[in-house]
Amino acid sequence: MKISSDNSLDPSHSASHPLAIHDLTVAYHRKPVLWDIDLDIPEGKLVGIVGPNGAGKSTLIKACMDLIPRASGEIKIYGEPYKKQRSLVGYVPQRESVDWDFPVSAQDVVAMGMYQKIGWFRSVKKKHLQKAKEVLDHVGIGHLANRQISQLSGGQQQRVFLARALAQDAKFYMMDEPFAAVDAATERAIVTLLHELKDQGKTCMVVHHDLATVAEYFDWVVLLNMRVVKAGPTEDVFTKENLMKTYGGKLSLLDEAAEAVSRGKSHK
Amino acid sequence: MNMLSRVVVILLVLFGVQSLASASLVDDHDGPADQGGERIELMGSQLKSGAVRSIEAPSWIDVREVLLLKNYNTRLVVLSTMILGVAAGLVGSFLLLRKRSLMGDALSHACLPGIALVFILMVMVGGGGKNLVGLLLGASITGVMGVGMVMLISKTSRVKDDAAMGIVLSVFFGVGIALLAMIQTVPGASSAGLEKFIYGQAASMVMQDFLLLTGVALVIAIACLFLLKEFTLLCFDQHFGKVLGVPINLLDMVMMALVAAVTVVGMQAVGLILIIAYLITPAATARFWTDDLKTMLKLSSVFGALSGWLGASLSALLPNMPAGAVIVLMAASLFLFSMLFGTSRGIVKRAFSHRQLTIKVGRQHLLRAVFEIIEAHQQSRGHTALSNNPIDFESLLKHRSWSQSNLHALLRRGKREDHIQLFDGSSVSLTESGFGEAARITRNHRLWEIFLITHADIAPSHVDRDADSVEHILSPEMVRELESILEESVDTQVIPPSPHTVVEEVTS
Repeated sequence: MKISSDNSLDPSHSASHPLAIHDLTVAYHRKPVLWDIDLDIPEGKLVGIVGPNGAGKSTLIKACMDLIPRASGEIKIYGEPYKKQRSLVGYVPQRESVDWDFPVSAQDVVAMGMYQKIGWFRSVKKKHLQKAKEVLDHVGIGHLANRQISQLSGGQQQRVFLARALAQDAKFYMMDEPFAAVDAATERAIVTLLHELKDQGKTCMVVHHDLATVAEYFDWVVLLNMRVVKAGPTEDVFTKENLMKTYGGKLSLLDEAAEAVSRGKSHK
Repeated sequence: MNMLSRVVVILLVLFGVQSLASASLVDDHDGPADQGGERIELMGSQLKSGAVRSIEAPSWIDVREVLLLKNYNTRLVVLSTMILGVAAGLVGSFLLLRKRSLMGDALSHACLPGIALVFILMVMVGGGGKNLVGLLLGASITGVMGVGMVMLISKTSRVKDDAAMGIVLSVFFGVGIALLAMIQTVPGASSAGLEKFIYGQAASMVMQDFLLLTGVALVIAIACLFLLKEFTLLCFDQHFGKVLGVPINLLDMVMMALVAAVTVVGMQAVGLILIIAYLITPAATARFWTDDLKTMLKLSSVFGALSGWLGASLSALLPNMPAGAVIVLMAASLFLFSMLFGTSRGIVKRAFSHRQLTIKVGRQHLLRAVFEIIEAHQQSRGHTALSNNPIDFESLLKHRSWSQSNLHALLRRGKREDHIQLFDGSSVSLTESGFGEAARITRNHRLWEIFLITHADIAPSHVDRDADSVEHILSPEMVRELESILEESVDTQVIPPSPHTVVEEVTS
């Protein structure tokens, strides 16, 4: 399946692309979750990954970072396997993926983003914590730097995760549902942050579940349901027909999708 | 807290170093006790030489002698258990945070068949079967096998972790018991002494054990110092660790190896059944006192050492009291105490702050109610400036859903706090300080309500209840922030009018 209109199959081009996936298949317990994925993400875009529950959205970004084994296929980050490009990639996992009761403070968590730079066997120094606090300031919760993480609200915890990814100082960010269950202020802060990253020429690939805001937040969309249904610039791809194909069968969602499309258009 | 823990650590270290220094020299009290490497049975019997073997209270001199480590054997045993406590406290913290507590249990139970098998092997090749290094090696091999088995089962089948651990734990232990029974029937071989690995026999520890324990503890302390970052990632967010390129699986193995090491060398002291308690309890205890990982590690090792010291000393003083059990009981006592009085998440502290909040909410409700009644009353008469007049008890009772006794309790407290003046049970007025406080509280409440309506789209009919839950914890900074947000829409210098009806009808 040929996805993007520009020279996605030209190898000389793929080195400048943050992500190029060819023929990827992932299976859990022999049950396929992702089938024959071909995907090419251009640089400097805010990319939304959209699809119904169980479509393999999180699986896709986890596979990109070698967090889960793949049955077949090839994934290149700026033209090389992930192993060689770790320092270019920042990751925001789902908030529920960790135990927030863990005895660390917000700035301790953010400092984790700098562990690579600090290096093996060395300890986290004052200057790293200082840097972590600055990053927390940047996402608007610098005053909570010393709080134990269970004493933060959901939105604040999400910002801690974002700050940790920022501390990684990457070129290509993958974020797993950063907008899930956050307050309005945090949602706005994340959007601002995404645009800042874009202005710096960085690329963000974001798993997103709220159809109503897709057109507003992202300039590139990947519609996913085990296969890539369609991928490309939002105005071309995020159409009613494509959403029907993606969410097909789930009738209650169709109306929502249709409504989302019309609302998305009115935003433009 | 931090300061206190530091002092305790320093004291313990000084104490340990001093006694160790004299221990390593020629013993000046009893003479070198274990010349031939022969295992000395029970320092208890030495302490109470000639005493009747019945439970009797130890004399004060005995207590002093044991607690201050005057006796060579006591010193060796107590120091060994203390060092074991430090090691167990450190490793146990990570085990607990990694949510692998039961894995440690599976590991220790799986050690038994290894001990028995090595014993049989050694007897067959013609040794006495009592080579300690050999036995511990056997224990580690089957122990690690047990852990591997659990991981294999939960990975390849759909059996969950806890079930897999339960199965492995009991099967390995069962095999071990069966092997021990077989040993009894082999002519010429005596399995006497092997039970000590099951139940522990701290009193029989000698210099060799002490050195082994110290070595293991050192390795663990160094690992925790240099791999703190990596272990933190492993326990908190291993996916993120993998993304960073940290070899999570390798680290996991290193950690389980450290757990295995503590288990194996600690088995002689507290026994393989109880070692898990020694690993987990100090760590869980430390969690009640702190929200910081480093402090937790320090406290956990202090609690481990403390229970080792108290437990081993107590068992030396009381005849026939196994050290392992007493150590675990000491650790459990520390745990219980911390669960109640811990400064970070102790029950008493939480109950206390909950009670404080209830009192505060009650006070604020009362003062605001009085204020609002005064306000409504006087506004209905066209007054602009409010004066602090008494209001009657009935209208106050109607204002909120208070019961008679409820309101009386609040009023009594208000009187004690010098906010309220009571007149012969039928009318109430605010004192000067009470009036100021009531005005402040009412203002904060209204600012918050208006904020909710104008900035959070909440209907005026719902706003009172929502405002209520937050206003009691509004900090001065938040109030200032509210003021600056609402500056344009409200005159924030005065108390803004309530956005909803406050008093339905005013009884005059």
